[in-house]
Amino acid sequence: MNYSISQKKGLQRLALWTGLWVMSLALVVFGAEFLWDYQVTFSVLAILLNVIIGIMMILTNISYIKSLDDLQKLISLQAMSIALGVAVVGGLAYSALDTTNVIPFDAEISHLVMLIGISYLVSILISNYRYK
Amino acid sequence: MKNRLKVLRAELNFTQADLADKAGVSRQTINAIEKGKFDPSLPLAFKFSEIFDLKIEEIFQPPVKN
Repeated sequence: MNYSISQKKGLQRLALWTGLWVMSLALVVFGAEFLWDYQVTFSVLAILLNVIIGIMMILTNISYIKSLDDLQKLISLQAMSIALGVAVVGGLAYSALDTTNVIPFDAEISHLVMLIGISYLVSILISNYRYK
Repeated sequence: MKNRLKVLRAELNFTQADLADKAGVSRQTINAIEKGKFDPSLPLAFKFSEIFDLKIEEIFQPPVKN
């Protein structure tokens, strides 16, 4: 199969699992509030479903990365290392800002997830431009 | 690392997309290799060797040391 076609299919599979994972996370959060009134059994089942779909998403991502060519792998590796660095340094600094009461609000994990996503995206864009 | 990919490709009348298809990589990778921005892995170098029916050292030359 042509490389760009197989890459597109791999990316579609990854997008599908990512979408399902986001929906299952929404089910955990909103389901407890609007569907089952915080009944523990349903929440545990929804979280289990979320974790299982999350594992599928991770496995699909690994297989997608494996299917990339040399340059795309290098670009992904650079972006992931930057995102990981930003997550560790930024996350701990953000947490320190919270524990030392420098910021008036709680450090939310969602902010860190957004920071990781943005740094990954920006480094992918920069690397793609560099190797254009 | 220097390479003759662009010249060899032109001799066979291949576009970057044609060569990318034959080597099983993206067009961006072919472009980056031709411009010397990226060095291919050994398996990919062997693939080029197979496509052009040349030895790897006839396609890629190591950088000249001062």
